[in-house]
Amino acid sequence: MIGRICLSGAFALLVTLLLHPSLGLAADAVSGEVQRQPLNIPAIVMFFAFVLATLGITYWAAKRTRSAADFYAAGGGVTGFQNGLAIAGDYMSAASFLGISGLVFTSGFDGLIYSIGFLVGWPIILFMMAERLRNLGKYTFADVASYRLQQTPIRSLAALGTLTVVAFYLIAQMVGAGKLIELLFGLDYMIAVILVGCLMILYVTFGGMLATTWVQIIKAVLLLSGATFMALAVLWHYSFSFEAMFADAVRVHPKGVAIMAPGALVTDPISAISLGLALMFGTAGLPHILMRFFTVPDAKQARRSVFYATGFIGYFYILTFIIGFGAITLVMTNPAFMTAAGEVLGGSNMAAIHLANAVGGNLFLGFISAVAFATILAVVAGLTLAGASAVSHDLYASVIARGRTTEADEIRVSKVATIVLGVVAIALGILFEQQNIAFMVGLAFAIAASCNFPILLLSMYWKGLTTRGAFIGGLLGLITAVVLVILSPTVWVTVLGNEAAIFPYKDPALFSMAVAFFGIWLFSVLDRSETARREAAAFEAQYIRSQTGLGATTASAH
Amino acid sequence: MEQSPAARIRAHPKFAELTARRGRYATVLSIVMLVIYYGFILLVAFAPGILGTPLVAGGVTTVGIPVGVVIILAAFVLTGLYVNRANTEFDALNQQILEDTK
Repeated sequence: MIGRICLSGAFALLVTLLLHPSLGLAADAVSGEVQRQPLNIPAIVMFFAFVLATLGITYWAAKRTRSAADFYAAGGGVTGFQNGLAIAGDYMSAASFLGISGLVFTSGFDGLIYSIGFLVGWPIILFMMAERLRNLGKYTFADVASYRLQQTPIRSLAALGTLTVVAFYLIAQMVGAGKLIELLFGLDYMIAVILVGCLMILYVTFGGMLATTWVQIIKAVLLLSGATFMALAVLWHYSFSFEAMFADAVRVHPKGVAIMAPGALVTDPISAISLGLALMFGTAGLPHILMRFFTVPDAKQARRSVFYATGFIGYFYILTFIIGFGAITLVMTNPAFMTAAGEVLGGSNMAAIHLANAVGGNLFLGFISAVAFATILAVVAGLTLAGASAVSHDLYASVIARGRTTEADEIRVSKVATIVLGVVAIALGILFEQQNIAFMVGLAFAIAASCNFPILLLSMYWKGLTTRGAFIGGLLGLITAVVLVILSPTVWVTVLGNEAAIFPYKDPALFSMAVAFFGIWLFSVLDRSETARREAAAFEAQYIRSQTGLGATTASAH
Repeated sequence: MEQSPAARIRAHPKFAELTARRGRYATVLSIVMLVIYYGFILLVAFAPGILGTPLVAGGVTTVGIPVGVVIILAAFVLTGLYVNRANTEFDALNQQILEDTK
């Protein structure tokens, strides 16, 4: 019902915008840094084509989504190659595409440090977790973490970890989406945020994991093709000589030769290591990413997914590096893209978008704008599905109903949860419009690395882990990460406007991960209860299943 | 007394071999990745000048560029090495254990 209202609402909104393009432009003056572009017709047409195609897929997927296994895990029938693309589509957010190319644009080499950090978590996930996750889990990572521990506390904590990560990630994506669409399409911020929210509700409630997977696959293909074209255009401009491109960039960039070396981004060793930990192990604790491992039929395909995902993501980061340098030489030197003060129009995150215009004209600009929007849609759909699953599968089915529920009930709860999450995301997106949200993705990674990852890793590897240890240690990790970020320069000084930060480092992961692992260890070894003994005894069966896949969930027949 | 499949797997001589071999391979590759990545991070933190040295005297391209690209390629190659062995050799062993203990 609510879905239908949302559908008709979104449709009416689209029709209104199509028929009255001036509406978006005539709305109140833009405040903040965003400078709205004139309405971009090719961009809107291509975006419409994407939305129509994905809604078609959602319709197709809805007819095939009946059981809980269909809804949460696409029936477990996704192949390794498809899942690899979908993982890449889930992971390459607009923050990676626009943010990292923007970072390369402003600081050169520093952008590469981030790219590498975002990538190197993948091999570690493969070597340490992928096959065990697939062998032990069903729909959410809490299935694995609570395999031999008490359901209520562990699933509650996992759901808390999931929902906090999802919330911070979602806010960042929604605000980014609103600003981006405002800038690219000339639409009003609020309309943009509502549009994104409604589309993601439609994908997830009707199409579940199957629709989400295909939205991510299509988006990944579009993004990789668009980025490939841009990088090739830049290299072609320099006759495929990197040296010529770098030389030109150094000549025009205000920082000169400094862009070719590590710069101000990573200042002290503690920050460097802390950032490295958050990027590497945060990836291994992102709930929407972990969920993707349950969509493949077996451990073999799970491993293959990571191989393809690593390839696509690594290739993409090499492209963003070239795109960032291309933007230095082709955007920075073109007065059409710069303000009088020498700033790039719309901020450095728009460097890649302007480059699209510079190398491919208005039509290609439209394509890249539509792709950027598609990117956000695919990521928020994955996040919402992960959040909704934590509510329905972990909190509702296991904690509240204590297993006494039907599949149909559980799916209904997850659909309601999706709608609630969508509405909350829209509200938060509007609420945070004027806030500095730069720290939020970093915080999401820090929480994932300090709460979800330690519990998950130790539940698979350490026999001595007890419910009490996992619960207290994981919670301590989560709280430490949040508190340290609030006290850090990014929030305490930049957002709250205080004089000096109480916690000197930008990234808390080194400290919060240490707190989590130490807490889990300490409270596990101190736990001498009968439950703890039973949990240790249950490790053997879990170990054999995790290693061999004995009794693991298989793909549902279609 | 009839043993459970899990107990039969545990008692299967190949099971210890499988977990040892796969575990060792995963650990070695993890260590290689960690050493490469944290080596890079420590270089960034303590000796950024090394990465900022031009490849050839008078050139602009610095050592850091190929190093960065090689790390990205290394991540991909390492996952390929693991999947290649795990999906053939280790999975065959795994399958054999599961068949034997049915």
